Amino acid sequence: MALLQISEPGQSQAPHEHRLAVGIDLGTTNSLVATVRSGVATVLPDANGRPLLPSVVRYLNGGKTEVGYAAQARQAEDPKNTIVSVKRFMGRGLKDVAHVESTPYDFVDAPGMVQIRTASGVKSPVEVSADILKVLRERAELSLQGTLSGAVITVPAYFDDAQRQATKDAGKIAGLNVLRLLNEPTAAAIAYGLENASEGLYAVYDLGGGTFDISILKLSKGVFEVVSTSGDSMLGGDDFDQRLFCWVVEKAKLPPLNPRDMRLLQVRSREAKEHLTLHGDAPITAKLSNGELVDLKIDTETFCSITQTLVGKTLGPMRKALRDAGLAVDDVKGVVMVGGATRMPQVQRAVGEFFRRDPLNNLDPDKVVALGAAMQANVLAGNKPQGEDWLLLDVIPLSLGLETMGGLAERIIPRNTTIPAARAQEFTTFKDGQTGMSIHVVQGERELVSDCRSLARFELKGIPPMVAGAARIRVSFQVDADGLLSVAAKESTSGVEASVTVKPSYGLADADIERMLRDSFEHAKDDVHARALTEQRVEGQRLLEATKSALSQDQGLLTGEEREAIERAMRSLESLLAGTDHRRIKHAADALNRATEDFAARRMDAGVKRALAGRKIGSL
Amino acid sequence: MLDKAYRDIQSQVHPDRFAHAGDAERRASLQWTTRVNEAYRTLKSPVQRGKHLLELQGVDVAFETNTAMPAEFLMQQMELREQLEEARDARALDALRAGLQKNKRSLEGEIADTIDAKKDYKGAADLVRKLMFLERLDEEIDSGYEALE
Repeated sequence: MALLQISEPGQSQAPHEHRLAVGIDLGTTNSLVATVRSGVATVLPDANGRPLLPSVVRYLNGGKTEVGYAAQARQAEDPKNTIVSVKRFMGRGLKDVAHVESTPYDFVDAPGMVQIRTASGVKSPVEVSADILKVLRERAELSLQGTLSGAVITVPAYFDDAQRQATKDAGKIAGLNVLRLLNEPTAAAIAYGLENASEGLYAVYDLGGGTFDISILKLSKGVFEVVSTSGDSMLGGDDFDQRLFCWVVEKAKLPPLNPRDMRLLQVRSREAKEHLTLHGDAPITAKLSNGELVDLKIDTETFCSITQTLVGKTLGPMRKALRDAGLAVDDVKGVVMVGGATRMPQVQRAVGEFFRRDPLNNLDPDKVVALGAAMQANVLAGNKPQGEDWLLLDVIPLSLGLETMGGLAERIIPRNTTIPAARAQEFTTFKDGQTGMSIHVVQGERELVSDCRSLARFELKGIPPMVAGAARIRVSFQVDADGLLSVAAKESTSGVEASVTVKPSYGLADADIERMLRDSFEHAKDDVHARALTEQRVEGQRLLEATKSALSQDQGLLTGEEREAIERAMRSLESLLAGTDHRRIKHAADALNRATEDFAARRMDAGVKRALAGRKIGSL
Repeated sequence: MLDKAYRDIQSQVHPDRFAHAGDAERRASLQWTTRVNEAYRTLKSPVQRGKHLLELQGVDVAFETNTAMPAEFLMQQMELREQLEEARDARALDALRAGLQKNKRSLEGEIADTIDAKKDYKGAADLVRKLMFLERLDEEIDSGYEALE
């Protein structure tokens, strides 16, 4: 066995050395971090050997935080400052949050995303998520003994743009280089498909703590292609706990509860639900703060009947996903079950009946997403030689569009479009002399804008005055490989152009992120400069390696002069890497990036030519 | 064939291949992948593919402006839409869809023949317009299913 190679964080690594990359499942209830070691994906446990990290953060006076089991243990005692299931608030306003009345938090209805007032200040769900991610990052860096070169973070496939953006921001604040946001069911399909060498059409049924996804994938040698996806980003195991909690309150004829008792009974309800997975009945006992004793027993039959509508709510999205894929139930070769909530026997039964086959459970439903994400992170970090890696083709879950006259949503990119994708549409002015146009970007399937999610609004100004209908305003949408949207609008007549680009971020401006980054470093007593230097060195090194390998493969695409210019930029970056000025390193890296722009485009063209050599469009 | 070509190109240009590359390469990769996805979508959809092939021959299918269709075809479409409105359960929708799929397949065959063998591009444009009507009906059947749920 080879000795583990340990390199000083931030020190240059030899080319082709294994880069440290992890996959993170940032779950509603639990989070995990996994990596690929010696070709095998494994979950990284904490110092006590526990693989899961409860997604619970407790904020104490003086800016101290507790994350995971420690916070979980105190949740009934300190419910206002102990945030559970924060994923449900990501990218969401107060009006979107279900069961506000039965959460103990002190919400602040900030524009865009809801915030929570805690003992250590007002916290955005993004910051709470970042605190969970930070613990996982530290766990991974300790275990792998080095700085992470990148991470893949999973999100529910049915997350909209705001929720995705919020997740990526959380990664950034936690100091992670987010290589990709990966859809949870897709991650599970990777782990399952590679493990079982599966081919054909598979459905992934993912019922987590707070979200439900169903994805249909076509698996073939080396390609994972998502055909369609559907779901409900407000449905999960938490809702089953909530039903049980309501049953308890009703059955025991309890008066309105204080936050402590409420949380206590919610915890007991969850425990009872888990107990019912393996037993015919479960006790629910709790001593309330007024001394009253709740002592109930629930059997499987009652639990199934009070949660029947929740299980039923997953059937609609399943039918929709099949319809969108143009498939019948019998076309599906297997159904992979993912997420802790799929352990409930009534869920297994319902899915089995729907697909008329036994669901596949041979991978741990808690770990499979993190394992798949680790495998993808390993590929994205470039640790697999070409030929041995695979290709992942994913889709957007919800249509993207614009508001038009009368509050109607005009669809620009329909749901289930393969990403990356771009589409443009032309609009015009409706008043004479109109010089501005307000653009409202929405996401959803409904016809009325008011029923869709509002992603961004911006104003295009400086349109030259002309008669109504004469201006040509081209609005273009670009969705990247993370499923994130950017929108640009451009007026192009009479030679005048104006353009604006917005990155829709639900409430969080770049300045907010910067502030949170600063705050988090101050609290962690981390040295901002040292961190920035490390990052720039890793980034610069990565760029040098990538350029070197590009040159060795395709130097024929360059003239001697062009090659000389690129090499000059490389030498300048190389000489600065050993220095301590992170700004100069960044400048040199930017310069190298600019110097290789044409080269990159040519390499890409050459790749396409190779793939298409000798083919005609009619023959495809 | 199309699927294979699509995958071959994607495996060359996809952003996953360039996650650790420089900004310039990542940008180029994003642009190329976007174009390839768009091309694949066009060639995969019979209506878009027909429209594109005819444009290459200088014939504009003109969905938006040319809505003149033979009276007989329009009558048939209206009848189908009435049936859709009257459909009250999934079984009725299933039957409508099965009939529609058959019509689409045969129309697609006719289009291929009109373009490839007969080289009657004007005639083909009329057929592509018909196919587009059928696709719209297909979408409405989808909404029908959604309304049932």
